Amino acid sequence: MNPTLKKPRESVDLSELTQSTFPDEVLEKVLSLVQSHKDRNSASLVCKDWYNAERWTRTKLFIGNCYSVSPEIVARRFPKIKSVTLKGKPRFSDFNLVPENWGADIQAWLDVFAKVYPFLEELRLKRMAVSDESLEFLAKSFHGFKVLSLLSCDGFSTDGISSIAAHCKSLTELDIQENGMDDISGSWLSCFPDDFASLEVLNFASLNSEISIDALERLVSRCKSLRVLKVNKNVTLSQLQRLLVRAPQLIELGTGCFLPDLTSRQYAELESAFSNCKNLHTISGLWEATYRYLPVLYAACASLTFLNLSYATIRSGEFLKLLAHCPSLRRLWVFDTVKDEGLEAVGTSCPLLEELRVFPADPFEEDIVHGVTESGFVAVSAGCPKLQYVLYFCRQMTNAAVATIVRNCPDFTHFRLCIMNPGQPDYMTNEPMDEAFGAVVKTCKKLQRLSVSGLLTDLTFEYIGRYAKNLETLSVAFAGRSDWGMQCVLEGCSKLRKLEIRDCPFGNAALLSGLEKYESMRCLWMSACSVTMNGCRLLAQERPRLNVEVIKDENSDDSADKLYVYRSVAGPRRDAPPFVVTL
Amino acid sequence: MERRRAIYEKDLNLEATELRLGLPGLDESEKQSSTSNSAKNSKKRPLSEMDDNNSSCVTENEQQEYAPPAPKSGFNKIFFFNNFRAQVVGWPPVRSYRKNIVQAKKPESDTSLGMYLKVSMDGAPYLRKIDLKIYKSYPELLKALQNMFKCTIGVYSEREGYNGSDYAPTYEDKDGDWMLVGDVPWEMFINSCRRLRIMKGSEAKGLACL
Repeated sequence: MNPTLKKPRESVDLSELTQSTFPDEVLEKVLSLVQSHKDRNSASLVCKDWYNAERWTRTKLFIGNCYSVSPEIVARRFPKIKSVTLKGKPRFSDFNLVPENWGADIQAWLDVFAKVYPFLEELRLKRMAVSDESLEFLAKSFHGFKVLSLLSCDGFSTDGISSIAAHCKSLTELDIQENGMDDISGSWLSCFPDDFASLEVLNFASLNSEISIDALERLVSRCKSLRVLKVNKNVTLSQLQRLLVRAPQLIELGTGCFLPDLTSRQYAELESAFSNCKNLHTISGLWEATYRYLPVLYAACASLTFLNLSYATIRSGEFLKLLAHCPSLRRLWVFDTVKDEGLEAVGTSCPLLEELRVFPADPFEEDIVHGVTESGFVAVSAGCPKLQYVLYFCRQMTNAAVATIVRNCPDFTHFRLCIMNPGQPDYMTNEPMDEAFGAVVKTCKKLQRLSVSGLLTDLTFEYIGRYAKNLETLSVAFAGRSDWGMQCVLEGCSKLRKLEIRDCPFGNAALLSGLEKYESMRCLWMSACSVTMNGCRLLAQERPRLNVEVIKDENSDDSADKLYVYRSVAGPRRDAPPFVVTL
Repeated sequence: MERRRAIYEKDLNLEATELRLGLPGLDESEKQSSTSNSAKNSKKRPLSEMDDNNSSCVTENEQQEYAPPAPKSGFNKIFFFNNFRAQVVGWPPVRSYRKNIVQAKKPESDTSLGMYLKVSMDGAPYLRKIDLKIYKSYPELLKALQNMFKCTIGVYSEREGYNGSDYAPTYEDKDGDWMLVGDVPWEMFINSCRRLRIMKGSEAKGLACL
């Protein structure tokens, strides 16, 4: 109470701070409520007591780069893991820039997990190599296994999925998306036991083989807690109707093929089935959807928040009508076949929109003028001020348009603009697109992720380094003029975690300017740039805690064709294939 | 590194700023000056977009794709990569499964290529497809159907339909109703026909008697 008795801040007794004033049980109880792994990582750094309490209470593991740590290290630190998320290959492997058999095999992890976490319940994998044997091993080793999610993985087939279906008696989620897998047959669906009824999420939209519709109907009838069902394009509309009447409680639906195939009575039945789905928030699938049958959806669209039309090349006419029924939309994925007209309708019909992704229907068609332009994007920004996430593929853009867009929507956290012609300037002024991205980073203070394109000089990167203080992920292709560009980014973007670069004139000087930076990042990818083996060797020498890996093309000169640098506490990879050279 | 730098400096010339429509690397002098990539130019052939038939990852070696010379330091090539785009590995950055959706769809949506309809026949294990646009009249169509399914359809009469034949051709119209082929003028028929079904004669009797 007496101010003179108060100790000035500098003379606080530091020894008091190192002792935790909470008993362990209380600390553990409090920490067990902390869910975010980032918060947990921070908490574990406070002091030894907190580190221990945190490691005993962590149940969910997130590993953004599977080679940054080893399964043994993980097992030693965290004894009570129930859920694991693992990401493997560099993102550019999605675009065929990483050769096959690069690594990221899940088996080494499963071997350790089977011993240390026999009660593991969830496994979410992205860009990992997964074999059928691994899936079978998984199915048989973890008896309470509940959740399997495979996104962009490769190396397995539907046989592996059969093992999961047959052996995981407590399975609640099976989510198979966009994998490089062998689709041998749809018989996996029939491998679920007859009394199996715990499924809540089933997504097999990206599988091509035919499943038994009877088996699926029976499964859907039994699984009363089913909330997500995404079928593949072999499921017809009449079959869909039978599924919907058995699962009106669905929250997310991926339809099958929407090709005209119904009598008018069947159409009415389908319409009625949709109107009975009062909880639908997400609709996707819609292969071959046209004006004919899209109206069956209307009744279910009132509470729709996510509409994924990225499998349906629908045109603006039917799109406009559909949108008019979706006033609550927050996320929209669509093909550029809807054109600027369609995007104008988005601007007028969807004021709550937060995320827009426009994919190119014909990414390799030259000469034909189609798709969306800058005016579509501007129109959306004018009507949807809450936009935070955009992925936009187009064939023309101007600096002025982008400046307008970010003026309308200053809250962007993710801005991914892909002008499909590499190195294309502002088509009206013929100038580089520097000012466009300058406007983005100056205006959008919360920007976390940026993908740039078009004709760009080093000025773009000066802007990024100077203004993009919250930037975590940057993707660059066919841009920049000199090392200076990359240096600006490495120096200025204090929160940068992932930097992926292809076909840019950045060389050793740029690479080495990031010496202080790379250990605070998850990874750096540079391909078809001007970096040499010598430069990479120097980096590896100066920073032994980084793994510096090079994939060389056939010729034997000094260029480091594909460079992948990442921090690791596990040392160099022991499973690197011969084409990956660790320096 | 030294050698490259020297080459880049030589390259700071008009060629770099020339507006071109052709592929980079086709120019003879470029072939010599571009370094590691010139080897690629001669060995590899352009990627055909039809190669990517499945969604599994294909190695670069298998695809034998052309990779562009990296833009030289100090200068950005200010020309439009027109043909270039289709032949650059992984550009535009669209994932393979998404590319496949559209390629599969294309033939169907382009109506100038034909009006393909499904044709089913009672008792046949699988359906067929025919292009209605290549027929100019009912007799032509019926003949083609008879050939395709090795059946007899017989002759149409307004009163009796196809009475007496083993099979009768029917079609589903825009409203979803099943109609007997032949009742309406040909033009009206091809505009409203959505699919065809060759019914057994015994079943078709019902339609003809109406």
